[in-house]
Amino acid sequence: MSRVLVGVKRVIDYAVKIRVKPDHSGVVTDGVKHSMNPFCEIAVEEAVKLKEKKFIKEVVAVSCGPTQVTETIRTALAMGCDRGIHVEVSGKDYEAMGPLQISKIFAALAKKEEASLVILGKQAIDDDCNQTGQMTAALLDWPQGTFASEVTIDGEKVKVVREIDGGLETIKISMPAVLTADLRLNTPRYATLPNIMKAKKKKIATMKPADLGVDMVSRVEVLRVDEPPTRLAGVKVETVDDLVAKLKANGTI
Amino acid sequence: MAALFKAGKALGLCVSGCRSLSSLAELPEMHQMMRQTCRDYADRELGPIAGKLDKEHLFPVQQVRELGAMGVMAVEVPEELGGAGMDYLAYSLAVEEISRGCGSTGCVVSVNNSLYIGPILKFGTQKQKEQWITPFTTGEKVGCFALSEPGNGSDAGAASTLARQEGEEWVLNGTKAWITNSWDASATVIFATTDKSLKHKGISAFLVPMPHPGLSLGKKEDKLGIRATSTANLILEDCRIPLGNMLGPRGSGFKIAMQTLDSGRIGIASQALGIAQAALDCAADYAHKRTAFGAPIGKLQAVQFKLADMAVAVESARLLTWKAAMLKDAKKPFTKEAAMAKLAASEAATFCGHQSIQVLGGMGYVTDMPAERHYRDARITEIYEGTSEIQRLVIAGQLLKEYAP
Repeated sequence: MSRVLVGVKRVIDYAVKIRVKPDHSGVVTDGVKHSMNPFCEIAVEEAVKLKEKKFIKEVVAVSCGPTQVTETIRTALAMGCDRGIHVEVSGKDYEAMGPLQISKIFAALAKKEEASLVILGKQAIDDDCNQTGQMTAALLDWPQGTFASEVTIDGEKVKVVREIDGGLETIKISMPAVLTADLRLNTPRYATLPNIMKAKKKKIATMKPADLGVDMVSRVEVLRVDEPPTRLAGVKVETVDDLVAKLKANGTI
Repeated sequence: MAALFKAGKALGLCVSGCRSLSSLAELPEMHQMMRQTCRDYADRELGPIAGKLDKEHLFPVQQVRELGAMGVMAVEVPEELGGAGMDYLAYSLAVEEISRGCGSTGCVVSVNNSLYIGPILKFGTQKQKEQWITPFTTGEKVGCFALSEPGNGSDAGAASTLARQEGEEWVLNGTKAWITNSWDASATVIFATTDKSLKHKGISAFLVPMPHPGLSLGKKEDKLGIRATSTANLILEDCRIPLGNMLGPRGSGFKIAMQTLDSGRIGIASQALGIAQAALDCAADYAHKRTAFGAPIGKLQAVQFKLADMAVAVESARLLTWKAAMLKDAKKPFTKEAAMAKLAASEAATFCGHQSIQVLGGMGYVTDMPAERHYRDARITEIYEGTSEIQRLVIAGQLLKEYAP
C-alpha cells in the first residue's frame, strides 16, 4: 500500500465573477485569479491524511496544462504531497482538454507509478463535468468510490461512504481503486509557512501526453458559450387556482 | 499591486529570492504562496469575526493558535527553534494579509514576532532562545514588550523603572505603560535602569515570565481601536528574576530597544497597510454597488479621485515597506527606510480609513459596515512603536548624516 496519485486542477477562483468572451468562444481567463479546484483541495487533504496515518508512503500530485499549473502543484506540495508531475498541455490542446483526455493520462500514470489509489475531486468548478474519476476507473478497470464523504482503509480494501440522492451509501471496494472527493470528506488544511518552504525543495517532474501514449484529440467541440439568461421579474398570484391557471396559460403544465 | 500579483501568478513566474529593486514588481514564488495562504486564512477565518472581536474586546485565542500552527507567530525564527524560517519580507506580507482580515490580530502577530521574539533572537543566548522563543512559536503563548512608562513614551532614554542586583537575583521596581498583549502574554521583554548615572547607556533589558510574583497588571485600557488586543500597565514591585534573565550585555538596553523598534516599524507599517487595504477594498466595493443620481457612485469623479488617492497612498507605502524589509534581509542599513515605511503606511491607513467612511457616507458611520472599524484601528499606527513625529526625526537624522559635509 504505497503510493497515491492525486489530481489537482487549476481553475478560475470561485470568488471571481466570470465573464464570457465577446466572441462567445469561452470565458475570459487572462489576468483572472486562478486557484486549485476546491474539490481537488479536499482530495489532496485526504491523501495527506492517509499518509499521516501511515496507510500510504507517498503522495504524488498531478496536474495537466501549461506552465501556470505548476503553481497548483506547488500548493499541493505545500499541503503535504511528496512530489509532483506536470503533464504539459498547452494551446489548442489545452483549450479542448476534457475528462476523456485527462482520464487517459491518469490511467497511464496510475499504471506507470504503480499507484494503489487515485484520488480526484468529484468535479471541477469550471466545467462541472463529474466524469474524470469515473472514466479513469473504467479505463483502468478498477473499482470506484465516487462522491466520498468518508474513506477508511481496511487492509487491502477501502470502505467508502458515498453521498447519494437518497442519503448515504456505504460500499467496500478492493484496491487499487479510484476515489472522488465530495464536499464533506474533510476540511482542507491551510498551507503552513514551514511547508511552503519545504515545498520549494520537492521535485516536480515534467512530461508530455505523448510520453504516456495518450492522444489529446478531443471528440467534443464547443460551439458557443453564453451567460445564463437574465432572470426576469416574477408575478405574484393570490391563490393556488390562479397559480395553476397561469402555469397552464404559459404552457408550463 | 493586485493586478501585478495576478499578472505575476498568471505568468507562472518562478523568481528566486532576488534582492534587487526590480524584484519589487514581482514577489518570489514562495512569498506569493505564503501571501496567498495568509490571505485565505484572513478572508475565511478572521474577516467574519473581526467585527465581533472588536465589539466584545475579545482576544482571538483560537485564531492565534491556528496562526501559530501555520508558522505565522514566528515567521523569521529558524526551524530548529520552531519557527517558519522565512525572511522579513515574508513576515511583512504575513502581517499585512492578517491585518487586512483583522487589525487587532495583525497587531498581536506583529508584537509577538517583532517586539518580543525579535530582540531575543538577536541578543539572546542559545539557552534563552530555547526557553523564551520556542514555546512562543506555536500560538499557545504570546509575548509583549515593555519600554514605555507613564512618564516617558517618545523619551525612551528617561526610563525610571529600576533594576538592582541582590545576590543571584535582579529586583525590578517601576511601572510600564501602554503594554500591548499584556493581559494575554506569558512573558515580557522589559527595560529597566541598572545604572542611573549612565543615563540611557545605563538601561538594561530583562526577560520576565508572566504571571510572576511582583508583577501585576493595571486595568485594561478602553481603546478607540484594535480593541481585541489588551493594553495595560505592568506594575513591578520588588519583582525578582534570576541573573540569567538579563537579555544582552548590561547597559545595552537602549540599543536593544532602538534596534528592536527599527524592525518593529516594518511590522507596524505592514499592519497599517493591511488596514488601509481593507478600507480601500470596502470603499471600492461600495462604489460599485451604491447608486446615486441614476448610476453607481463609482462613476462620479469625486469618488474616483478619492479611490485613486487611496490606492496611490497604499501602493507607495507598500513599496517602501517591502524595500525596508528587503534591505533588512540583505543585512544592509534600513533605519531610514523603516521609518519612512512606518510613517507612510500609518498616514496611508488613517487617510484611507477617513476617505473610506466618506465614500460610504452614512453607511460608513455605522457598525454595519467595517469602514468605521478600519478608521478606528488605523489611528494607533501613527502613534505606537514611534509616533509619526519621531519617525520624521529619525528620517531627518539619517538624511542629514548622508548630506554631512
